Amino acid sequence: MNEIDYTREIPVIEGRPALREIDDLIAKPLETKPDKKYYLALAVTLTMTGIGAIALLLSFYYGTGLWGNNNPVGWGLPIVNFVFWVGIGHAGTLISAILFLLRQRWRNGIARFAEGMTIFAVMTAGIFPLIHVGRPWLAGYLFPYPNQHSLWVNFTSPLLWDVFAVSTYFTVSFIFWYVGLIPDFATLRDRTSNKIKKLIYSVTSLGWRHSNRHWQHYEMVYLILAGFATPLVLSVHTIVSFDFAVSIMPGWHTTIFPPYFVAGAVFSGFAMVQNVLIFIRKIFNYEHIITLNTLERMNKIILLTGSMVGYAYAMEFFIAWYSGVQPEQFTFINRAFGPYAWAYWIMVSCNVIFPQLFWVKKIRRSIPIMFVIAVLVNVGMWFERFVITVTSLSRDYLPSSWAYYAPTLVDGAILLGSFGFFFTWLLLFTKTLPVVSIAEVKAVVEGSQPSHGDH
Amino acid sequence: MSDKILYGYTGIFDTPDEIILAANKVAEDGYKKFDVNTPYPVHGMDNAMKLPVSKLGYAALIFGLTGTISAVTLMYFLSVFDYPIVIGGKPFFAFPAFVPIIFEVTVLAASIATVVTMIALFFKFPNISHPLHDTEYMKKVSSNKYGILLQADDLKFTEESAKELLAKLGAKDITAIYYDQAEISTEHKIFEPKFISLLIIIAVVVSGSTYFALNKLMFMVPFNWMMEQSKIIPQDNNSFFSDGKAMRTPIEGTVARGNMPYQFKGDPESAGKYLKNTLLPTEKNLDLGKKKYDIYCSPCHGYYGEGDSRLRGQFPNPPSLHSEKVRTWTDGRLYHVITEGQNIMPSYASQMTRKERWATILYLRVLQRSLNAKESDLE
Ligand code: HEC
Repeated sequence: MNEIDYTREIPVIEGRPALREIDDLIAKPLETKPDKKYYLALAVTLTMTGIGAIALLLSFYYGTGLWGNNNPVGWGLPIVNFVFWVGIGHAGTLISAILFLLRQRWRNGIARFAEGMTIFAVMTAGIFPLIHVGRPWLAGYLFPYPNQHSLWVNFTSPLLWDVFAVSTYFTVSFIFWYVGLIPDFATLRDRTSNKIKKLIYSVTSLGWRHSNRHWQHYEMVYLILAGFATPLVLSVHTIVSFDFAVSIMPGWHTTIFPPYFVAGAVFSGFAMVQNVLIFIRKIFNYEHIITLNTLERMNKIILLTGSMVGYAYAMEFFIAWYSGVQPEQFTFINRAFGPYAWAYWIMVSCNVIFPQLFWVKKIRRSIPIMFVIAVLVNVGMWFERFVITVTSLSRDYLPSSWAYYAPTLVDGAILLGSFGFFFTWLLLFTKTLPVVSIAEVKAVVEGSQPSHGDH
Repeated sequence: MSDKILYGYTGIFDTPDEIILAANKVAEDGYKKFDVNTPYPVHGMDNAMKLPVSKLGYAALIFGLTGTISAVTLMYFLSVFDYPIVIGGKPFFAFPAFVPIIFEVTVLAASIATVVTMIALFFKFPNISHPLHDTEYMKKVSSNKYGILLQADDLKFTEESAKELLAKLGAKDITAIYYDQAEISTEHKIFEPKFISLLIIIAVVVSGSTYFALNKLMFMVPFNWMMEQSKIIPQDNNSFFSDGKAMRTPIEGTVARGNMPYQFKGDPESAGKYLKNTLLPTEKNLDLGKKKYDIYCSPCHGYYGEGDSRLRGQFPNPPSLHSEKVRTWTDGRLYHVITEGQNIMPSYASQMTRKERWATILYLRVLQRSLNAKESDLE
């Protein structure tokens, strides 16, 4: 429709809103009572969470025998779900840290929300390693603490690296998120007339008064955190991939895993963020803050990472053939044509074929189509983890120990519960904290920076 | 107002261009204690105010390196000295395999420490009171205006000159900010008793619940159910086999690998009489004995054989190994106890090779001697 004028930088925030309007708009969900739809949504997610919780209690009481895990396939859905959710958690820090370092100003409107999703996704992911051991209360043993057995953890195990990586990732993301919230808390504190809210915001804003002497240190800290979070976000899924790659299973033991997993994580994370943002911008009228241009840029990243994932699939096949290792060759042929061929082809079509539609600009800018594609991406990425985990284990070197793995109803209920858990947090987030960074958005509104001087 | 103290004069501007010019003028005028309050960081303001670059980078560097060094040292100490275990044929100090954890700990330490430094030093946490809070001025600058503040404790400050300067710069709403010394202080409050006691309460709650979880909860129903599992253990009944036992006997006429029948089954006296320890108490044998004793015997008998079990009542405490009786037993008699067990003490024949059993006995003798040394040992 309307042609874009490339001689001038596209404004990140459309329509040059007054700063006061931004405050009003972003603070509105926090200052109004939630409506019926909100409670309905919350009821749905809480029900899902409840179903998951019941399934978990049953699993703890009767044991993990309620799951589909069997002898060759010791890692069933819990690990699939873990990798899936950690992957979802990658977009947030990528948006807030890497795009910050790359000076991508369009990230300002979506960073806060994406970071929130990161935190909730990592929380959801964290459930799975705990429960998959069957006795989650023994998880304390994962940390090196001086104990009665005078034993220490195995520092050379990827599973332990995971403990450190995921907990560090969670902590740093959380700090990053909180630091970003401080100025917004101060703004809210100065707006509200409610005594209790005022007290809460006063404490959480740590006495912030928008002083430039503080901004100066604040910006430095933000830069440092972004600098640390960048390698961190790459390291987390790298280490998750080590859980597989460091073993000697055919189909797992490959050096392509770390970059392949990271690309896949960003891919699915962006898809999830895009999905949820489509709702958020509509419901809260943020269309000019989270603009169509922003969504289009996200789709470009989905296209890029989707192609990287597709490349990795092809390369895995090539290397299996090129290496001349029989079990590797068998594993890949088995993936594509064996008993799990259905899962494999779901994965390939959702991850490789559909995202390629984003080459077309019309599709990149059409909200319904991009929504559907992003949903498919997440379906595909869930199946990718399923294919990797299950096909390799169910048919490894020794044909006598092969077995088919099928998840049970309890497995399904736990997966459902994880979605419920994630979306419950997300819903609560939209009503308790500003889902868009007030200060960061103000800083990129046209005319908000001095017209002279360098920037 | 008269009993209140003047904090400073504030003025408001409408655009970022104006505020940056104003800040620059004030700085050039020689003011040191002044501040600019803006709803978001304005580019170029640090230069305009002539602020030095933030030194927080050094905090990140120092704490990050501390994290790196502690991770390396801890892992080195634990896996090379404290409890060396060969895993997957890797060396004890497997540096490449330590890299992920070193990296994570570095990032964690640096990130937390930088933020804490900022909050504690620059925001003066936990002090969140300030004369500017709850003023009209604050309400404006936290939303859509740009404000400048000249503090009264600056050397150049006089009420007249401050007002004049602000007016000259074109500021609007020039107001004086007063505060009450009793209500507001700008000091650090980290060492205030209230804050310290909050920290202590947090520490007590955290360590208390950790202690409870590790030492009490694990031993309560249902958390101690590890013992009861619906699998068949060797001593169980099993109706599947005609003899009703779960455990299978070896096929007739076969001998397990490395099997050496024990001649003195159920006959401790003869074992004591005829079995002789062929190992010499060399350093090597004693080392082996200590290792095996610490692994297999010390959980019940204690590291020094005093019967101070580490099992905290989950298994009856054994008697001391320093008793007259055990000291006068021959090595063969002790060998019998390890091989066959004694009453509730189980047999260790399947865990320990014959050589290891004899070596353990040598080490046990050393332990006994250490508590009951002879005169001649003094030399
Ligand atoms: C599971 C706990 C346990 C372990 C492990 C254990 N013991 Fe014992 N031990 C006992 C108990 C209980 C007794 C007392 C048995 C009885 O009532 O006669 C005992 C008795 C003995 C006695 C006889 C003491 C006496 O006064 O009658 C000797 C000797 C002995 N143990 C040596 C060893 C050695 C050597 C090892 C290591 C190979 C070992 N024990 C490992 C529990 C243990």
